[in-house]
Amino acid sequence: MRKVSIVGIGHTIFGNLSDFDLVDVMAFASAEAMDDAGIRKNRKIIDQVIVANMGGGIINHQTGIASSLVSRLDLEPAMAELVENGPASGASAIKIGFACIASGMVDVVMVTGGELMRTVSGWKGTDFVSTLLHPEAEYNYGLTLPAFGGMFTRLYMERYGLTERELAMVAVKNHENAAKNPYAHVTIQCTREAIFDNPDVNTVNPYIAEPLRLYSTCPVSDGAVAVIMCAMNSPKMKYFKKKEPIVISGVGSATDTHCVHQRKDPLRLKAVQLSAERAYKMAGLSPKDISFAELHDAFLVLELAISEEIGFFKSGESKEAVAKGVTRINGSLPINTSGGLKAKGHPVGATGVSQVYELVKQLRGEAEKGRQVKNPKHGLAVNFGGFGNNVVTTICSKE
Amino acid sequence: MIVNEMEKRLRPPQIKLKPYPPKVVMLASGEKMVVREVKREETGVLLETIYPLIGVPKDFYDIVAARMYAEILGWYRYRVANEFVLVGVIDGVIAGIVNSRLMDEDVGISLHTLAVKRGLRIGAQLFASKMEHHLEILGQKEVLIVAESPIGFRRWMIEYSLENREDKYPKIQHELGGVPTHVLTKSLYDVIRDQKIGGQRPVGLQTLASADVLKAPEEYPQIPGFKRGKQ
Repeated sequence: MRKVSIVGIGHTIFGNLSDFDLVDVMAFASAEAMDDAGIRKNRKIIDQVIVANMGGGIINHQTGIASSLVSRLDLEPAMAELVENGPASGASAIKIGFACIASGMVDVVMVTGGELMRTVSGWKGTDFVSTLLHPEAEYNYGLTLPAFGGMFTRLYMERYGLTERELAMVAVKNHENAAKNPYAHVTIQCTREAIFDNPDVNTVNPYIAEPLRLYSTCPVSDGAVAVIMCAMNSPKMKYFKKKEPIVISGVGSATDTHCVHQRKDPLRLKAVQLSAERAYKMAGLSPKDISFAELHDAFLVLELAISEEIGFFKSGESKEAVAKGVTRINGSLPINTSGGLKAKGHPVGATGVSQVYELVKQLRGEAEKGRQVKNPKHGLAVNFGGFGNNVVTTICSKE
Repeated sequence: MIVNEMEKRLRPPQIKLKPYPPKVVMLASGEKMVVREVKREETGVLLETIYPLIGVPKDFYDIVAARMYAEILGWYRYRVANEFVLVGVIDGVIAGIVNSRLMDEDVGISLHTLAVKRGLRIGAQLFASKMEHHLEILGQKEVLIVAESPIGFRRWMIEYSLENREDKYPKIQHELGGVPTHVLTKSLYDVIRDQKIGGQRPVGLQTLASADVLKAPEEYPQIPGFKRGKQ
């Protein structure tokens, strides 16, 4: 298998970009990635474009997005395909791009993830994401992702004694990081006193799906992110002298039952655990080797649960790590240095690519002041699709 | 004398309104926002705050700002009956403005809600304060409400589950152009009150003093690069 490195990255701001067309937003990120890689003029060296997007056909009434992006960027005759894997589309697209290069099929792949979710109303956006649930056993009964997030949080609280106050501390940490991230959707730094110990908590931080409050849930965001990957042994590597290449050292994915109620223990995120195990195995690493991580905190409790499933902490003990500051930027294992989905935002198709973007940025030492992890060697990202039924873990490392 | 007599005839009759008692809300950022009633002599700083937003089409700020500008100017010039204006103030700077008026003793007419600072539910807090004034302080029976933006529709019509009176059109229509009218009744307000109405009273003297002299914002998230005096 050939070694694959990331040689260029680009990111639009996350937030409300509804004035723009979906392909335009993807093109902005792609162009920035080409500039970062130093190949704007030589962009035809890109062999393959893979677009990650979940809802273009449903909410933007647009299909054939990959071919459209290739044309917008004047990249013909590059190969182009779309990957749709729910909110894990981004990491899946990177995984497929990785496989294309590692197998020797192509040398240079650009993966662009993008989503425009704010072109529709909030409830239509929630409904669109809910289409990934089982159509007869879940969706038809009015279940939504926030509803699952609320039930999962309740169960986690009952089993492990997590409190709303402890959950608020995760929000404070992630918002603190997002406030220093120029691409983040929500850059407000919140305080625990304000979002929890506040007599006006119900109006300042209202329940979304009890016990999940506004500040325990990600915003609905637009945005796009792109990464350019190249085989380390390819002659085309000569074009990428501008930045230090970051290696994709491990990729793994796994699935679990579509219906959450069919799982023996709904608190166990088996696909998370298995995808991480596969990524660790490929990279020849263990949880102890990871310097920092981006974990899919669409609902804050998921940051805790995922960090336990991937071996960072024992079951139920991640909340103590948060309380001790272990997962803050200056802690021994920083988590969601970008602000996470919670505060950076969650344009579903872009999220997995954005997580890997953050790994590259941190490993290059290019994160903004106050947000840079000290001397990172290996970063790990977990992109969570469905309600844990299709999960991708990616590990990036410095050469 | 003739001018004064004419002016008297131009002014609408007024219902004497009880004052809105100030309150303070701690926002998610930890900042304290004082919500208080505006005095007529403070109109200048309100108009100064609103004016730049008249040129912002995104999220319908233009129509809300233009109409609110005219309504508050109308209030200042005594051309609107029974109007009141509330402001949200953070460290002396105006973070948002709401205005409203009474049709009669029983029925209120919600006019506009304008959040200058965004992302902290300031609009939601101020709209709720306006409803509190109508239905609790002034003791009205219901408030007619319309939305001029999707954000407003989501915030008021959906989140408050307002009573839809569209089927009563044209007999019942809000004065803002007769757009579909919804209503917050006192009984509905009593049900949602605890989830929607924030704020603590009384406000400490120091906090209250910080909101005594109103300042127009120097920055507008809606207008990147805004510099006051150069618009």
